[in-house]
Amino acid sequence: MAEKFFQAASAKPAEAASDVLVRLDNVRKHFPLQSGFIASLLSGGHTPAVKAVDGISFVIKKGEVFGLAGESGSGKSTVGRLVLRLYEPTSGKIFFDGIDICKLPEEQMRRLRARMQLVFQDPLASLNPRMTIGQAIQHPVSIHLSHLSQEEQREKVLHILEAVGMIPPESYFELFPHQISGGQRQRVVLARALVTGPELVVADEPIAMADVSVRALLLDLMMQLKEKLDLTYLFITHDLATAKYVCDRIAIMYLGKMCEIGPLNEVYQHSAHPYTRALLEAVPVPDPRRRRTEPMPAGEIPSAINPPPGCRFHPRCPLAQANCAVDEPPLREIRPGHFVACHYAEKV
Amino acid sequence: MPAEPLFSIRNLTVEYATRAGAVKAAEDVSFDIRREEILGLVGESGCGKSTLGKALMRLHRTPARITGGELLFDGRDLMKLTEDEMRAVRGAEIGMVFQDPMTSLNPVQRIIEHLTETVRAHEPRTTDQEARERAAVLAEKLGIRSERLKEYPHQMSGGMRQRVMISLALALRAKLVIADEPTTSLDVIVEAKFLDLLRELRREFGLTILLITHNIGVVAEIADRVAVMYAARLVEIGDVQDIFASPKHPYTQGLLRSVPNIQLDGESLYKMEGMPPNLLHPPRGCRFHPRCPFAMEICRDYSPELQAVDGDHFTACWLYHKTTGKEGAKNG
Repeated sequence: MAEKFFQAASAKPAEAASDVLVRLDNVRKHFPLQSGFIASLLSGGHTPAVKAVDGISFVIKKGEVFGLAGESGSGKSTVGRLVLRLYEPTSGKIFFDGIDICKLPEEQMRRLRARMQLVFQDPLASLNPRMTIGQAIQHPVSIHLSHLSQEEQREKVLHILEAVGMIPPESYFELFPHQISGGQRQRVVLARALVTGPELVVADEPIAMADVSVRALLLDLMMQLKEKLDLTYLFITHDLATAKYVCDRIAIMYLGKMCEIGPLNEVYQHSAHPYTRALLEAVPVPDPRRRRTEPMPAGEIPSAINPPPGCRFHPRCPLAQANCAVDEPPLREIRPGHFVACHYAEKV
Repeated sequence: MPAEPLFSIRNLTVEYATRAGAVKAAEDVSFDIRREEILGLVGESGCGKSTLGKALMRLHRTPARITGGELLFDGRDLMKLTEDEMRAVRGAEIGMVFQDPMTSLNPVQRIIEHLTETVRAHEPRTTDQEARERAAVLAEKLGIRSERLKEYPHQMSGGMRQRVMISLALALRAKLVIADEPTTSLDVIVEAKFLDLLRELRREFGLTILLITHNIGVVAEIADRVAVMYAARLVEIGDVQDIFASPKHPYTQGLLRSVPNIQLDGESLYKMEGMPPNLLHPPRGCRFHPRCPFAMEICRDYSPELQAVDGDHFTACWLYHKTTGKEGAKNG
């Protein structure tokens, strides 16, 4: 299945290997559950595991904003950490710029990490309260660009502070995180991620904590920086309305599996997976004349320890047939660049 | 105007005593909650909407205190009740649902016990058997399967826990439910189903709901009327269709334009200038004037009162005042 997907993806000249920055090849990440001695004897030495990511493949092209969306428990954040190899995959391969990162020795991986960065949801939790903003941003510089002098390092920090709109940068250098506003903290987190000049930024719900009026500013800043610094984003979000404003392509995950991948407008306007359809339908629209009338799928997202057989969405799916409970639908291309994992995608 | 409102809030002011001085989290706020309506109260973090929601039930804790105003609920002023009398109102007549149900439910108590205990605390003559039966009927209406009543809160999902919270209010036949960010920690599909449930409950039980949220989409989805708060003051209130079709206050206008809309194409989001003020030192005059694209001379010194712009739509903005005389309250 994965091979087919990549053949299709690399068939077009525009998607030649050199255009691909990140590639995941049938990646799994299972977290073993802790169980007692007796329990492990009873289960015959077979430890149950949370199948957070269960065989997914996709590519992120250089310079694009690739959205990864899904509900809590879909595995989207785990994918983000796998891409940076903050987790070791249980199986499968992960390539960054053609390099198989899972096989890389620790030291080389550390050097490679200067080229990839992570931005979290809660800026207050990801900033050390006892480090000044200047120190926080200089920290990665002193690790990845240790050949620079103190003076040059400080220059870099001031420069990036200015780039994220903290002007004049000198006035923020000595401040502590609690002395600035939430929106500014998110800018500092961005600055810290960008100061080493990464190519890939994994943004995990980067604006979920910000207020509406601040969100638009932050998104705009992220997009400006992308152009200016030639970045590629993996944008992880549960908010499909926000994703619409920034993503070039989007992937929808459900219970550790990929449901649908494609160009954003294509997926939003011609969603071919019943789950994608439900997710898009559920997003509240800020227009009281367009209230939702569609019913929502029954039940709740099941446990990732014993996911349903066949298609994982089948117990909640309005279109499910008998075979959906048995055969797992492969990800197949239904239109150029638009992949979907549903036996009945043509009926959605 | 419809019949007498269920809850009339008049000139409510809530202050926090801080080391740096008094901070008004709600200032001179007046509005009505009408019978069987869903009123959405929106605003950004720190605007005072949650403090207001708690103050309506006198659930605020020190250092917050109500320094003025009336809370006319169903024919009496809640401000005049003793703490014991107030306790009888809470839960039985006004229920509350918070953002994180895990902190409102007892982790070592089964769901069924939450329900029976609530009923028996307020209606001591109810037998345990009756309370259990009532709980079971209610749970079924709310989509909680009866076998799940035996579970503990941690065994349930966020959506289920919110249903339990609502069932606690309904078990006592509360007339009003104040829901503070009830769907904020829920996923979109769960959120959509919870909103469907609220709509259904209103229809079936004649429930009145005050929905406090920062999520403009949720308000558009289910509210009948909308109240907008900015920096501790109510700046606009009116019918949901009117507010969304033609917002009057420049803050409401900016707020609505900065919300991502999944159904619109190609437009970029509006970026509002500046940040909400620090309530320790709020701006003089209209609190929004430093960020307002239409600010006039008068806005700097005088605070506008809430006035009708047309029919049932009110806003506190000098742009719509018939007279630009200086009748507003000078402050600062």
